[in-house]
Amino acid sequence: MSTQPLQALAGKFADAYAARAADPARALAAERFRAEGLPTPRVEAWHYTPLAALADVALAAPARDPAVLAARIPDLGVPRLVFGNGRYRADLSTPPADLAVRTGAPAWGVLPEGLQHHLVALNTMFAEDGAEIVVPPGTDAGVLMLVHLATGGASHPRHAVRLGANARLTLVEIALGEGAAFHNPVITFAVGEGATVVHTVLQEESAEAIHLATVFAEVAKGATYDSFLLTLGGRLARREMHTRLAGPGAAAHLNAAQLLGGTQHADFTTDVVHASANATSRQTVKNVLAGHARGVFQGRILVERDAQKTDGYQMNQGLLLSPTAELDVKPGLEIYADDVKCSHGTAIGEIDPEQLFYLRSRGIPEGEARAMLVRAFIGEALDGIAFAPVRAAMEERIGIWWEAQQAS
Amino acid sequence: MLEIKGLTAGVEGKQILNGIDLVVPSGEVHAIMGPNGSGKSTLSYVLSGRDGYEVTGGSASFDGHDLLEMPPEARAAAGLFLAFQYPVELPGVNNANFLRAALNAQRRARGEEELDSVAFLKLARAATKKLSMANDLLRRNVNVGFSGGEKKRNEVLQMAILRPKLAILDETDSGLDIDALRIVSEGVNAQRGPDFSALVITHYQRLLDYIVPDKVHVLARGRIVRTGGPELARELEETGYASVLAEVA
Ligand SMILES: Nc1ncnc2c1ncn2[C@@H]1O[C@H](COP(=O)(O)OP(=O)(O)O)[C@@H](O)[C@H]1O
Ligand SMILES: [Mg+2]
Repeated sequence: MSTQPLQALAGKFADAYAARAADPARALAAERFRAEGLPTPRVEAWHYTPLAALADVALAAPARDPAVLAARIPDLGVPRLVFGNGRYRADLSTPPADLAVRTGAPAWGVLPEGLQHHLVALNTMFAEDGAEIVVPPGTDAGVLMLVHLATGGASHPRHAVRLGANARLTLVEIALGEGAAFHNPVITFAVGEGATVVHTVLQEESAEAIHLATVFAEVAKGATYDSFLLTLGGRLARREMHTRLAGPGAAAHLNAAQLLGGTQHADFTTDVVHASANATSRQTVKNVLAGHARGVFQGRILVERDAQKTDGYQMNQGLLLSPTAELDVKPGLEIYADDVKCSHGTAIGEIDPEQLFYLRSRGIPEGEARAMLVRAFIGEALDGIAFAPVRAAMEERIGIWWEAQQAS
Repeated sequence: MLEIKGLTAGVEGKQILNGIDLVVPSGEVHAIMGPNGSGKSTLSYVLSGRDGYEVTGGSASFDGHDLLEMPPEARAAAGLFLAFQYPVELPGVNNANFLRAALNAQRRARGEEELDSVAFLKLARAATKKLSMANDLLRRNVNVGFSGGEKKRNEVLQMAILRPKLAILDETDSGLDIDALRIVSEGVNAQRGPDFSALVITHYQRLLDYIVPDKVHVLARGRIVRTGGPELARELEETGYASVLAEVA
């Protein structure tokens, strides 16, 4: 594949950046971006996910005011921060009354050195806005929605979430859109000692959109970062989840379900660093692929030398609903400690004809029987969602997705 | 009434049923006995419409419906039920939801009102109790982690709730202890009546002490080689299949 259009696009980004007022905070990112550009499939981590399609959409101007999409935001009965095409929209938001949230400028957060290139560099160059959410020690901040509405162009929101010791927050992140838009969010989490973040993501971008998200979570002693991603939208999507289990007894759950049809491509890439002893990581990743869809799962678990008694588990399951769908999987364990328990597994298959016949023999029509089996397949991943309204919203979206697959 | 005429069928090009003739009138219970590999399960799969079983000749009709032309779900809605020899596990599918989906799908297909979850649960709980099944069985995933006996009871539970007109029980007795056998048999006997018929496939005469059949057929090498009354089962128990097979060889 020619990487010419990508390089040309990277050049355009660089020029667009040069035209902006020079900002010292972004200069390093721009330098790195100029040197490295956008990742091509020759970059190992991007082997399965070519960005060529980005050249089609990245610089188109937004068509409509994102407010037109606000009605599609699921009503979960909780406060929400809404961004439209990368900018905070106070008129669409209901910020929480009792929580420190700052918007109006990028919330840079703290990212490891190794993560500051490619799309993160691009975000750093162009980020205009973001939410900085700070939960004080010992506070339960309840549930907060962080919504992005896209109607075109390129959006690079930059959010940071910080929890003090023993604090708690459920963040429901939702990305919606219409038309050809490029959404490149970067979110950092700093989870203090004994704190818990539940991060539930519904990615429902438009069928022409490109969604490339990078998340970094630093998890302190005894703290938990518990995430679930449901990917339904986007022509091309990738979410990189980088988690560093920095303190003893830290825990991370990186679960995902990707339901794709048509010619959609979605990539879930995780990187869990066990930097401390007695930490736990759990990953259950499910891909349901119809039509010509392509799913990617890359998951690395790195266990550093001092991370004894690490408990790492990664399970990847794929359900292929059509012979033309494809799932690419690259698990990886890198273990430098000697007393650890780490495992990973992959199972890819089709709908089991025996199960299908069993259901049909009870009178359940074929379409409904298939739907039941698909739901059963992803159910295990959804079971982890404790906040019932978001689970219900996801179930509803999955139902709509299934109907759409039946119709196509 | 189930009417099978000259039925030949196979799988992957290998013929297994070599011309079955069998009539089970409404209200009757017939037993099918026969050695392993004689085609008993194949017959039950062909009648219930499992993919991969190719019918090469003959016919099978039920209450005037041409079974072989119907998809499995339509056969079920017409009143056919197969209790599987090896019930299938459905991880992630709740047993109660499964049963309700099945019952309502059949009712929809027959133009009947669907049952709401309250009415359904009442029905399901009563049926569960009758079969002395653990309460949590409805809440668990279908057959997942069930013991062999629980799986078989779960088949009979489905039958009790779906109330078929024709039940095919494929070795439902195997793997059951004597108490379970009695309970399962009572479950079947409770259904007996002028509108219910059953094809009870078994290896052992034991089951037929509890579910007393109107007729006993012996299936061997894909053919019914002998038909008699309940005494035929006892005879087979004493002499084994060898004598019957020798007679027809
Ligand atoms: N899916 C299959 N593929 C190939 N052979 C099969 C298949 N199912 C059954 N058979 C064969 O058909 C014959 C009858 O099997 P079955 O109907 O299961 O017998 P029974 O239930 O009487 O023990 C056996 O020889 C068996 O090996
Ligand atoms: Mg059998």
